[in-house]
Amino acid sequence: MSQQTMRLRVNPIACSGHGSCAELLPEVITLDEWGYPLLAGDGAVPVGLAREARRVVTDCPALALALTADPASSAHAADSEGIQKKHRGPVEPGLAR
Amino acid sequence: MSVQAPDRPLPGRPDHRRAAPAGESGLPRLLPPTASMATAEPRQLTNFAEHVRRHGLPRFRGAALIAQAGAAGLTGRGGAAFPTARKLAAVAAGGRPAVMVGNAAEGEPASSKDAALLWFAPHLVLDGLQIAAEAVGARQVYLYLPAHRDQAGPDLAGHLTDALASRAAAGTDRAAVDLVEAPPRFLAGEETAVVAAINGRAARPGNHGRRVFERGVAGRPTLVQNVETLAHLAVIARHGAGWFRGVGTSDEPGSALCTVRDPDGDVRVVETAIGTPLDRLVWLGDDVQAVLAGGYHGGWLATDIARQLSLSNADLRPAGSMLGAGVLVALPAAYCGLAESAHVARFLALESAGQCGPCFNGLPAIATALAAVARPRPARAELANLRRWAGLVTGRGGCHHPDGTIRFVATALEVFAGELAEHDRGRCTATKRDRFLPVPAAAGPAAAATETGWR
Repeated sequence: MSQQTMRLRVNPIACSGHGSCAELLPEVITLDEWGYPLLAGDGAVPVGLAREARRVVTDCPALALALTADPASSAHAADSEGIQKKHRGPVEPGLAR
Repeated sequence: MSVQAPDRPLPGRPDHRRAAPAGESGLPRLLPPTASMATAEPRQLTNFAEHVRRHGLPRFRGAALIAQAGAAGLTGRGGAAFPTARKLAAVAAGGRPAVMVGNAAEGEPASSKDAALLWFAPHLVLDGLQIAAEAVGARQVYLYLPAHRDQAGPDLAGHLTDALASRAAAGTDRAAVDLVEAPPRFLAGEETAVVAAINGRAARPGNHGRRVFERGVAGRPTLVQNVETLAHLAVIARHGAGWFRGVGTSDEPGSALCTVRDPDGDVRVVETAIGTPLDRLVWLGDDVQAVLAGGYHGGWLATDIARQLSLSNADLRPAGSMLGAGVLVALPAAYCGLAESAHVARFLALESAGQCGPCFNGLPAIATALAAVARPRPARAELANLRRWAGLVTGRGGCHHPDGTIRFVATALEVFAGELAEHDRGRCTATKRDRFLPVPAAAGPAAAATETGWR
């Protein structure tokens, strides 16, 4: 676990669903039925696709994507109610079918 | 400026008798005793000298206050239950002039505890605002009040103006308090929405990716605390952490204000020890089919489950619900839980801030599908769609609105599974067709569609 994984992150407020990211990096990004990006593997960029990932970030018309080095950093730990909070969790029990 | 008493009782008649038998716990700590509340004149409640006679003055200030709040284990009472001392310390550590905001937006339609607290104990909130501001080095202080949507309800802004005038005469406060009105929106009290509103923008969540405690109001480190949290801070500043821990559980110490809606529709605001069994707080007889805890971002509990649980996140979270801002609703058996939930889900969809695609696309789709399964003989695809969309939306918003809405909808499908099966067979067991859960009348497509709806 010593190697740092690069991860893509979407700012959902900035994202306006252009969809160019999914064309450039389909290995990581697909679009939901409304045209908004879904990140495979919590946005982890596979080895060898770092260049494409950087291009996705710079080419996003809404500047809604970012590349981070360490996803597990608890930089937002004190931000209890803020928007940066990591929400990704298991699907609610009633819906996990 | 004269203040009229509310024409009718506050939504949420305070009542401690059931929650805290006399002598057991020293409750209520924040609200006046029930007996004096019935007769309390607004002028008495806003009188600072009377407040000091009852409560004395805060002893712990500055860093000592932050230490006491930490030792007390005080957490935010706005719903997120975040440790208050950590927020205080984060803003205090900024080293720059900070901004303090007391948050009473209370956009949750089923909650009225913050309004009741501001009415019955305005000076505890204002004490907390002052000592928190002092502890974090804030010179600008705001109190963010709910929009006055109910003309028959109490005039909180006028009441607070009177309370502030009474304090000004005493001359003990260091900082002036500016009253700011929150728009009547569900998300207006979300921390970043509060900052946006005070900065003169629409009260939507989002802070340009920055954390409020670093750059909030006017770009300054900002501390936003719920007003009940501030009132607890004010009593901790007098009696200390050990006293605060005299009630509650070791993991979740202290008391909390709850807004309780009984099956007869009666609404009470109750101050209770965290860890109190739910069946002591709300009627859970056989005429109650389910309990909603935590409000519209909370979760439904079947009544037989609720009877075994106490009011704490330790009990409620594993059951799919939460303490949140202390909302407890007992849904009578005569109502359709699915129809009630669909009604609320529609409200929540309309209350999306309209910023994040998965939220503003997903929540209306989910609300529509839930409305379909809330009627007899829904199309098979509706439930499958509902589950797929819920999975698609979770975790993909800039704020907690989609996740909170999905929690509410998911627990509805669990708890009302029996009713779902009845609907599949073509019948609904409800005998009442009106709506039990409160949803603001103003909410609707017209309000949601206009920019002014956010102001």
